[in-house]
Amino acid sequence: MDNMKLKLRIWRQGGKFPKGQFVNYDLDGVNDHMSFLEMLDVLNEKLINKKEDPIAFEHDCREGICGTCSLVINGYPHGPMQQTTACQLHMRNFRDGDTITIEPWRSRAFPIVKDLVVNRDSFDRIIQAGGFISVDTGQAQDGNAIPIEKDQASHAFDAATCIGCGACVAACPNASAMLFVGAKVSHLAQVPQGKVEAETRVQRMVAQHDAEGFGRCSNITACEAECPKGISVEHIARLNRQYIGSTLGSEKVAN
Amino acid sequence: MPFQSNVPPGELSEKWKQYRSSMPLVAPNNKRRLEVIIVGTGLAGGAAAATFGELGYKVKVFTFHDSPRRAHSIAAQGGINAAKNYQNDGDSIYRLFYDTIKGGDYRSREANVHRLAEASVSIIDQAVAQGVPFAREYGGLLSNRSFGGVQVSRTFYARGQTGQQLLLGAYQSLSRQISLGNVQLFNRHEMIDLVMENGKARGIIARNLLTGETERHAAHAVVLGTGGYGNVFYLSTNAMNSNGSAAWRAVKQGAYMANPCFTQIHPTCIPVSGEYQSKLTLMSESLRNDGRVWVPKSQEDAAAIREGRKTGLDIAEDQRDYYLERRYPAFGNLVPRDVASRAAKTACDEGLGVSPTGLAVYLDFDAAIQRYGKSRAHSLNEYSADDQRIRELGVAVIEEKYGNLFEMYEKITGEDPYVMPMKIYPAVHYTMGGLWVDYNLQTNVPGLFAIGEANFSDHGANRLGASALMQGLADGYFVLPYTIGTYLSQEIRNPMVDPNGPAFMAAEAKSQDRIDRLMAINGTKSAEAFHRELGKIMWEYCGMARNAEGLRKGRKLIRELRKEFWSDVFVPGRIKEYNPELEKALRVADFLELGELMMLDALDRNESCGGHFREEYQSEEGEALRRDDEYAYVSAWEWDDDEPILHKEELIFENVELKTRSYK
Amino acid sequence: MATSTAKRTVSRVGWFGKFLTSSIGQKIIMSLTGLFLITFLVVHLIGNLQLILGNDDGYAFNSYAYFMTNNPVIKTTSYLLYAFIILHAIQGLLLWSQNRKARGDQKYAVKVDRTAGGSKSSIYMGSLGMVILAFIIVHMVQFWGQMHFSDSIGPFTAEGYEGAKDLYALVAATYENIGMVIFYVVAMVFIAFHLWHGFQSAFQTLGLNHKKYTPLIKAVGYVYSVLVPLGFAIIPIVMYLRHQGVL
Repeated sequence: MDNMKLKLRIWRQGGKFPKGQFVNYDLDGVNDHMSFLEMLDVLNEKLINKKEDPIAFEHDCREGICGTCSLVINGYPHGPMQQTTACQLHMRNFRDGDTITIEPWRSRAFPIVKDLVVNRDSFDRIIQAGGFISVDTGQAQDGNAIPIEKDQASHAFDAATCIGCGACVAACPNASAMLFVGAKVSHLAQVPQGKVEAETRVQRMVAQHDAEGFGRCSNITACEAECPKGISVEHIARLNRQYIGSTLGSEKVAN
Repeated sequence: MPFQSNVPPGELSEKWKQYRSSMPLVAPNNKRRLEVIIVGTGLAGGAAAATFGELGYKVKVFTFHDSPRRAHSIAAQGGINAAKNYQNDGDSIYRLFYDTIKGGDYRSREANVHRLAEASVSIIDQAVAQGVPFAREYGGLLSNRSFGGVQVSRTFYARGQTGQQLLLGAYQSLSRQISLGNVQLFNRHEMIDLVMENGKARGIIARNLLTGETERHAAHAVVLGTGGYGNVFYLSTNAMNSNGSAAWRAVKQGAYMANPCFTQIHPTCIPVSGEYQSKLTLMSESLRNDGRVWVPKSQEDAAAIREGRKTGLDIAEDQRDYYLERRYPAFGNLVPRDVASRAAKTACDEGLGVSPTGLAVYLDFDAAIQRYGKSRAHSLNEYSADDQRIRELGVAVIEEKYGNLFEMYEKITGEDPYVMPMKIYPAVHYTMGGLWVDYNLQTNVPGLFAIGEANFSDHGANRLGASALMQGLADGYFVLPYTIGTYLSQEIRNPMVDPNGPAFMAAEAKSQDRIDRLMAINGTKSAEAFHRELGKIMWEYCGMARNAEGLRKGRKLIRELRKEFWSDVFVPGRIKEYNPELEKALRVADFLELGELMMLDALDRNESCGGHFREEYQSEEGEALRRDDEYAYVSAWEWDDDEPILHKEELIFENVELKTRSYK
Repeated sequence: MATSTAKRTVSRVGWFGKFLTSSIGQKIIMSLTGLFLITFLVVHLIGNLQLILGNDDGYAFNSYAYFMTNNPVIKTTSYLLYAFIILHAIQGLLLWSQNRKARGDQKYAVKVDRTAGGSKSSIYMGSLGMVILAFIIVHMVQFWGQMHFSDSIGPFTAEGYEGAKDLYALVAATYENIGMVIFYVVAMVFIAFHLWHGFQSAFQTLGLNHKKYTPLIKAVGYVYSVLVPLGFAIIPIVMYLRHQGVL
């Protein structure tokens, strides 16, 4: 199919639309081999040729790993296909004549920059609060000095695979970033190198999460459903465990 | 400007150790007063920024991304090489050095490559200490796999996301330095010019991409870790925003561009499906361990497949040409990237391509499915398993090994690769060329350093698989933090650089003027359209096979296109706002000059080596013909709007013997 | 300007206050009070079943009620219970409003509710909770309030229960009204949905997620959230039908 006709209902904000509103576009000539973002490219090319302001949307690697793209498509962060980023979503998953609604991530902690582009600095600040292991370059011992059980390394990877896109926040009815925080806390808590600072880390990261204005997790699991990497809410449970153990069970008071 | 490699004297294996122990240092109290600007937050820039922060320098780090974690290093799949010899299979620092020099077709500097091999060992230790979840064996020790046609297993990996995990390690270390106040992060800031004062690099002009304001940032040294320029081809495996502008701005200020024509074309990418295509997706090289590459023997069959009358499954075994196995019996499907890519092009040029565009070959897993299926059936004691059962078992094995890649392929193409053979075609992947740097990773511009893919230093004319991550991190963690001392130790008497000085004001005004001119054109074509056209010219005339006539024509076409660009481009929106189209236009403007230099460099190099294949220089069997007597040099180009000037750095090989690569 | 530097607020509430007001602390309050209320519901149900178990004109129930209102340990626990109900409600309302705010002023135009194992109830815990709160208020006024403050309830005349009120009669009178029966049955449906998510969620919040045990916790939770409200709902129905002479 190389001539799909689509009705696009796209959130525009900034420039001509200071408060933000939906604008409708008709697009035909869409090939079903196109990626979703290529479909938007085609629309933008048409807008530019008409000397209109193209739709701002963020994207970079277009192979599902950089975490830049951030579209809510028909209500689904990254679109209806699970474990697929918007850039890996292809038009063959839509039908001729479909109406597609495209919105930005909506969260108080992700203010809109323009149209579909949001500012996710809050995620960086959460990592800065403690999402690291304090090791200076050159201090490390041999990589094989501490064995890590294969499955445990693999579980740590399952959490570390987070691409920091923010779909969890976009999907969560509470706009909570607990899956993002949980993934990093869980990753670092499951490798021996990360256990050293685990108690301080979890307190500081949770405090930063709260300070950024994200919502509170109520275990709905929409985050896991929409996470393009399929990160499980069991990492949120580990985060909770770590947090309880650290705040109530240890002598650490991180600030 | 100085143009010396500054390779220290001594035995190859002792050079770096001795040099490191004798080079000038900067005392901690002085480090606090010395400012360093780092542009780019990928493996090289991110690692360097973190390490400089740890050392106590005042660091400002810039990325055009919204977060340092988005740099394109994140997309590297396969792994990272290190001469750990954990597998006890005869690996050593020397062997990694030798493989890299040979793989690069003898067009890189011995001393730099040996240092890279030495540093590789520490990188793994560092990454493990940062919590990078590398793959492990049951005993808990690190796992390795073989890669890219070398004879040892030295590649460390984290599933198919090694680049991501290593980048996040660097990003987390960088985040720590930001939280400690040692590093200031400027995200969504793009470097739009380099500022020179008294012949030294003294700072940058950056555009705040959120507001569109230009900003002046001063420092004692500027480091570019801004990646490669593969996007000059428009279609490549690079991220959409990867660009050569920061490096190119430096070239415009006098830095030399080295070996710009050395580009790596990766053989296993998903073919182009249409004109709307925005980028190409790489399928990991590891697929060639089990996949067999073929095209139909007859043009009729190929045509039938292209027109949809037949599929790959309809072609009988004896009507298939497994051309890599036929031409290179010793290495078969595992020949290096440049060789595999060229062979695919040859097959398609002969009219044997299998996609509607005629530009694709098959990568077939059927034999592997059968082989694994039989072996699995045997180990399950199912001696009388029928064909269907064997297939089922074989598919399960393939799924274990490559499941995520097969899934990605199906998402993109809509075809099930377990049933239909995959279609692949080569695509631009990496640029070995880059800013010329000496042994200290300093460009010929004093105070300007280049690291990672942005420099030319380690991969010669062809990069081996799993070596890009190694080089980026080696430069950032273990080389530049030492070597920058040779320059900064001379700067301790210089006070803070004033970003309001005349050189800065002039540079800012010039940058603003350039943007104003671009916006004022108000033509009819988008920057994207120009970029696409440039890409076609580059691919046609400076792609997998080049010849003098084509290169001359290509250069002419680019110059015409550049002229058209500056008279007919249309950039929507305003300057002082978030305006991705303006960002793109500025980058395309630079690509339009860089592309010309690539043509020129390819034209100068009258030989075939690594990723650079000149049709005039090939053996009777169509293999690359290197000409060491005349071309064993690094081309370092000084830009000039009309006639760029070539400077040559002779490559001296004292430790390896130059041989013709043979994979037959 | 550099845009990304972690801002940190210096807390003056001490480590425990910080714990309780953190997002996880708030959830733990919900979880622990919730688990307490879950336990209470079982006790409450066992007691209430006395209403219909024997056909003894309320002897079993009244003696049970007498015990519950006069035993000092139970009395103390009941104050704790009231406190936890209030805490659960206030904290819940706070979370509900915080979470609404976290989404921002502009809501999604297209709403979907895909989850990974979470039930639909999980999305509407706040709304369900508010309905249940309203129910509890009505329920308390109706029974607890009348018991304590109304003079119109007759005495429970049995040996050893001097001064006790005939609460059975009060309940029986209430459930003669079909409207009341429906009200209570419908309320139990809301409670069932609330528990459907709340039971397992309480464990997840405490970090008790385990590949081997979580399936069991979930199963117990589902059985509990059906059986307990069902048990409660049967009571008014049975009493109504008995009054109607059907049973």
